[in-house]
Amino acid sequence: MTQYTGIKEIIKPENLVYKKTDIMTENTLSYCPGCGHGTAHRLIAEVISEEGLQSEAIGVSPVGCSVFMYNYLNIDWQEAAHGRAPAVATAIKRLLPEKFVFTYQGDGDLAAIGTAETIHACNRGENIMIIFINNGIYGMTGGQMAPTTLPGMKSSTSPYGRDVKTMGNPLKMADLVATLQGSYYVTRQSVHTAANVKKTKKAIRKAVLYQKLNKGTCMVEIVSNCPSGWKMTPVQSNKWMEENMFPYYPLGDLKTPKE
Amino acid sequence: MAKIRGSIVVDVEKCKGCEVCMVTCPTGTIAMAKEVNGKGYNYAFPANPELCIGCANCAMVCPDGVITVYKTKI
Repeated sequence: MTQYTGIKEIIKPENLVYKKTDIMTENTLSYCPGCGHGTAHRLIAEVISEEGLQSEAIGVSPVGCSVFMYNYLNIDWQEAAHGRAPAVATAIKRLLPEKFVFTYQGDGDLAAIGTAETIHACNRGENIMIIFINNGIYGMTGGQMAPTTLPGMKSSTSPYGRDVKTMGNPLKMADLVATLQGSYYVTRQSVHTAANVKKTKKAIRKAVLYQKLNKGTCMVEIVSNCPSGWKMTPVQSNKWMEENMFPYYPLGDLKTPKE
Repeated sequence: MAKIRGSIVVDVEKCKGCEVCMVTCPTGTIAMAKEVNGKGYNYAFPANPELCIGCANCAMVCPDGVITVYKTKI
């Protein structure tokens, strides 16, 4: 392993502040430079590790950029058909109610082909956690327009920007899920700065702990970037996300449990 | 007054050179190398190691988790 280190005298095991958690495997992530998927993966791994759920956790990986997620987290996994992760997770949770079950889905998976599964799983109040990565584009297939693409946003299938008259309005999935009876905790976060990473980790930890109460579906939407799909550098894409995505998808809790 | 000093270790071969850590670093410790790693990316490295305060902001935003952070009081 090639390494580049800072001041060598400080590098001792007792001075360790932050290290990649052991649940993350040594495989190199297949994502583009600067993609928020990697940070989101690590946060889930950290929460699972800190809550001691490595042997209990079962993830359902989607179709999309994060399709190989089972290579990166050292827990049990099940691959689902495109968009059907909440339905598969429902079955796993009902058969193995003592396990911790979560799905990890992008916006092409959860908000397009899997809208019905998502809404019905949340409406039934299945005790699963849904992690929803929203980057407003179909990242894996080449940056086509997704249901979550912003009005006026350029993509490879809307080269003059999304026209809401002919292409419809963007779908706010988390707001939609928050109105359903079965959902218990719905929040929208992001992972582009250290402060937001900490907030997102807290939100994921809450969702993990709420699953033990068997009260309903928890959804954590993570507004993320897609530097390749948006045709920007990672730093530019984070800035663009702050300026354009956050006004339309405001961060914060959308539904919190009533005490 | 006790001074806090930090140090980072970058796993160069896994770094994809996205520069997110460089932007988030509050003290300007991290810079991108002129050389490239095995994949052809200009990797991140501690260009000004004496400035590091061990805040771990870089490690938290790194999508590939290549940064390990150490901190001590002097």
